[in-house]
Amino acid sequence: MQRIGVFVCWCGSNIAGTVDVEKVASSVAGEPGVVFTTNYQYMCSEGGQGMIRRAIKEHGLTGIVVCSCSPRMHEATFRKTAQAAGLNPYMVEIANIREQCSWIHKDKDEGTEKAVILAKAAIAKLNLNKPLTAGESNVTKRALVIGGGIAGIQTALDIADAGYEVDIVEKSPTIGGRMAQLDKTFPTLDCAACILTPKMVDAAASDKINLYTYSEVEAVSGFVGNFKVKIKKKPRYVNSELCSGCGVCTEKCPSRKAPNEFNMGLNNRGAIYIPFAQAIPNVPVIDPEQCIKLKTGKCGLCEKNCTAKAIDFTQKEEIIEREYGAIVAATGYRPISLENFDEFGYAHNKDVITSLELERLMNAAGPTKGVLLRPSDGEHPHEIVFIQCVGSRDTSGCGKPYCSKICCMYTAKHAMMIRDKYPDTKVHVFYIDVRTPGKNFDEFYRRAVEEYGVDYIKGMVGKVAEKDGKLLVQGSDLISNEQVHIEADLVVLAAAIEPDPSVRNIATMLTASIDTNNFLTEAHPKLRPVESPTAGVFLSGVCQGPKDIPETVAQASAAAAKVIGLLSKDKLTGNPCVAHSDELLCNGCSQCACVCPYGAIDYIDKEVNDHGKREVRRIASVNEAVCQGCGACTVTCPSGAMDLKGFTTRQIMAEVDAICR
Amino acid sequence: MTVNEKELAERVIEISGVNTRKCMKCGKCSGTCPSYDEMEYHPHQFVSMVEKGQIKKLMESKSLWTCLSCFACIERCPRSVEPAKLIEAVRLCVIRQQGANHMKACSVPDSIDENMPQQAIVSAFRKYSK
Amino acid sequence: MTYSYYPGCTLKTKAKDLDRYARLSAEALGVTLEEIEDWQCCGAVYPMALDEIATKLSAVRALDSAKRSGRDLLTLCSACHHVIKRVNNDMLTNDDIRLKANNYLKLDSVYAGETKVVHYLEMLRDTVGFDKIRAAVKNPLKGRRIAAYYGCLLLRPAGVMQFDNPENPTILEDFIKAIGAEPVITPYRNECCGGYTVLEDKKIAERRSGMVIGSAAAKGADTVITACPLCLYNLEANAHGEGAPVVKYFTELLAEALGVK
Repeated sequence: MQRIGVFVCWCGSNIAGTVDVEKVASSVAGEPGVVFTTNYQYMCSEGGQGMIRRAIKEHGLTGIVVCSCSPRMHEATFRKTAQAAGLNPYMVEIANIREQCSWIHKDKDEGTEKAVILAKAAIAKLNLNKPLTAGESNVTKRALVIGGGIAGIQTALDIADAGYEVDIVEKSPTIGGRMAQLDKTFPTLDCAACILTPKMVDAAASDKINLYTYSEVEAVSGFVGNFKVKIKKKPRYVNSELCSGCGVCTEKCPSRKAPNEFNMGLNNRGAIYIPFAQAIPNVPVIDPEQCIKLKTGKCGLCEKNCTAKAIDFTQKEEIIEREYGAIVAATGYRPISLENFDEFGYAHNKDVITSLELERLMNAAGPTKGVLLRPSDGEHPHEIVFIQCVGSRDTSGCGKPYCSKICCMYTAKHAMMIRDKYPDTKVHVFYIDVRTPGKNFDEFYRRAVEEYGVDYIKGMVGKVAEKDGKLLVQGSDLISNEQVHIEADLVVLAAAIEPDPSVRNIATMLTASIDTNNFLTEAHPKLRPVESPTAGVFLSGVCQGPKDIPETVAQASAAAAKVIGLLSKDKLTGNPCVAHSDELLCNGCSQCACVCPYGAIDYIDKEVNDHGKREVRRIASVNEAVCQGCGACTVTCPSGAMDLKGFTTRQIMAEVDAICR
Repeated sequence: MTVNEKELAERVIEISGVNTRKCMKCGKCSGTCPSYDEMEYHPHQFVSMVEKGQIKKLMESKSLWTCLSCFACIERCPRSVEPAKLIEAVRLCVIRQQGANHMKACSVPDSIDENMPQQAIVSAFRKYSK
Repeated sequence: MTYSYYPGCTLKTKAKDLDRYARLSAEALGVTLEEIEDWQCCGAVYPMALDEIATKLSAVRALDSAKRSGRDLLTLCSACHHVIKRVNNDMLTNDDIRLKANNYLKLDSVYAGETKVVHYLEMLRDTVGFDKIRAAVKNPLKGRRIAAYYGCLLLRPAGVMQFDNPENPTILEDFIKAIGAEPVITPYRNECCGGYTVLEDKKIAERRSGMVIGSAAAKGADTVITACPLCLYNLEANAHGEGAPVVKYFTELLAEALGVK
């Protein structure tokens, strides 16, 4: 028989305001096994925890029930408390009388009644609890970073700096990501390349960092500390060892039809190309869709002109397998497609461009060498309209319901830079709200208005129509309550951003969850913002939610810190609440293995002693280090052989019985 | 707002099916409205005025008769508020009153010509009369 | 392929060309249009208010007639298509409207949006196919520069009409290419012509349609095509002056290209 203590927390007025905590404590005093009950204002405080420790010792408690907030919040806290007083940490049960009770009830009598029921259920379960001990596993001291943008680079640099090996897998031919495409960065206006390219060089130079560019993650198995990853290296058709990066091949290539991705399609590139001058590695890649030689067998001009003999049309896709202790997703973003927003005329007017296209037009290494020229006729634009929130904050189904967060600031940046460089240019910005919460952000936006004379118009554009080479912009000015008509030379759309589509596949492979907008979900939005709910998987950058460069770098370093913390351990303690198969009941049907999302169940032939009869049977065997305790197998098992330690069928039925009593 | 006006506002909300609270006041409806200059109250104002219960002002407004029912504000609203439905509902509040038809049959012959399609006359009657 | 066909009032009077050339072309393309019996005027505008029931009934009658003959209901006039398609959507998705409309009509069996409403252009695109039309063309309209004018009613609201991308439609441009002409894209092809306000204030239609025509003329279109009699009326009334394009029903050009005009 257990000796149970029940500790009812007030949570200040959070619980005590709607639940009669005294009554909860006294109502459960007569429950089976209960030898002690009390209540206290903040059970999680040092005073409350001390009270628990003393009660365990004074009353010889074998288990405790804490009636408090969600176990997600403080289960770990109270387990530590119990352990400090000599109890097994799994002899602690939490009755959630805050989120499930006080916060959702208004009537105190009803709230109290429910709290008593929840407490009784927890007591009934605890009566059947057994001490559990977690197993241990080793840690592979190497990390994988998926994505080689600023987020992935920063995470990798920090991990390498702590002395651990780290691999970056980047699907495009170079690291650098979106930031490499930017011209200047807000709010300091320093050039993106000047602050990014040294980091790219550092990453390439580090003996701890290994770059797999033009490569993709193909498969992931294993578990925290022990992931096995297959990486697909796409053929570059250029031998990286031999290539000197001279670039002659890219000049000689006669195929010139492919839109240059790096310049957002504003100009074309060859079939063999280096994305940009500072690309790392500085090795070209042949686009098999465009290469005349690969398509028809004729040409081979690049090969003829390569003095290093680096061109290799026979290269094949290669799969390599590596092991990692931790994985960081840093898969980044892209601007949304504007096909649902053609009221702004993007499809048919070259002079309606996206903000990322403008970055390329403003960039010294861009298609216009940094001179702002209209894509249609190469003329200087004299009147420019910026439209914010194109596809952001859109619940109509055409766009994205969230705020893309970076557009207000980069639009202010663009407007300011244009007014600075071309003072004769009129610049208008249509905005719904200007959102500038960040250090020196609002000051930056105000400078655009006050010092640079950018015309901010509160309202939205409804139509952009081309007439005689001008773009007629029709929008509302809500402050002056009029419809405004502007004859613009250039219209810039701040398109919403969305997670890079590769994230869906990556999330499936990592068993990391994604939300309805395809952003990776964090383990806790406030307290565990860089961890995925899947142990050993961490999040870095925009793949978790829209954020600017400073925030991305901060999160990237935070993810690195978490990885370093993990890799610094020699052994990992697992979760003891794992599945377990009763070998006498198991009939080896394989259904549990089919539903297990972690691949934790194997089958073994084992000699069993069934009521004196010895025979060899095929039975399920759970790898406790891999099992995450989700319980899918337990509800699938037709013979009732699978059970979850700490959440056995008996325990759960006891809870249900207590509730229904 | 008078008791009567409050009832009217509730009626407009009910028959239009519009949830004015979804509006984020971006003004795209009025930015897109092709009839903006023919109106004294504009699509975005219908949303906020209905929310405030200022139905009588809207009922007296010429906007009711110059809205083209082109559905541009409905299509382009990023929050699916759909202001044209409010304009329609207020228009019905007017023409459903006894003797309050905006277009009378006797005035039609003066407004039409031999090429005008039936569709125009039927549409106008549906929009302007009960 | 046989369709139940709903012509609508205007196609029997002022827009006879729209109807006549549609029938001739359909025949040439092997599509049978069977006019439904006893159809009534659709009302020309969709009654948006949720408590408008009686004004939706004639559309329901036409829909039910097609349902009884087991065919899709083909429409041609943009206004009829708009009204019938949207009422059908109400019958499918709005319990209250469905119940009340059926209570009024007391049909043999409850009508609950079973009929598929197809616009003539959708029939050309999805059933016949523009490739087949291109092959059937006897007199390709070579050298003609034609601006498509969609207006409002075919495209919006896109969620219900499901006709084409409401801001960047392609069906009429694809049609124009199929009959051998060159499409001219104008930014006002999906902006209102002024519609019924022509009875309230002619100047509104003048300004709206003038803009549409002006834009088409500036881009060198010799012809503007439409599927809507009221659009045609408003556009034609404002297509004067040198270089103004002619305004035609799309079916007339189809018949011309197919050699059945």
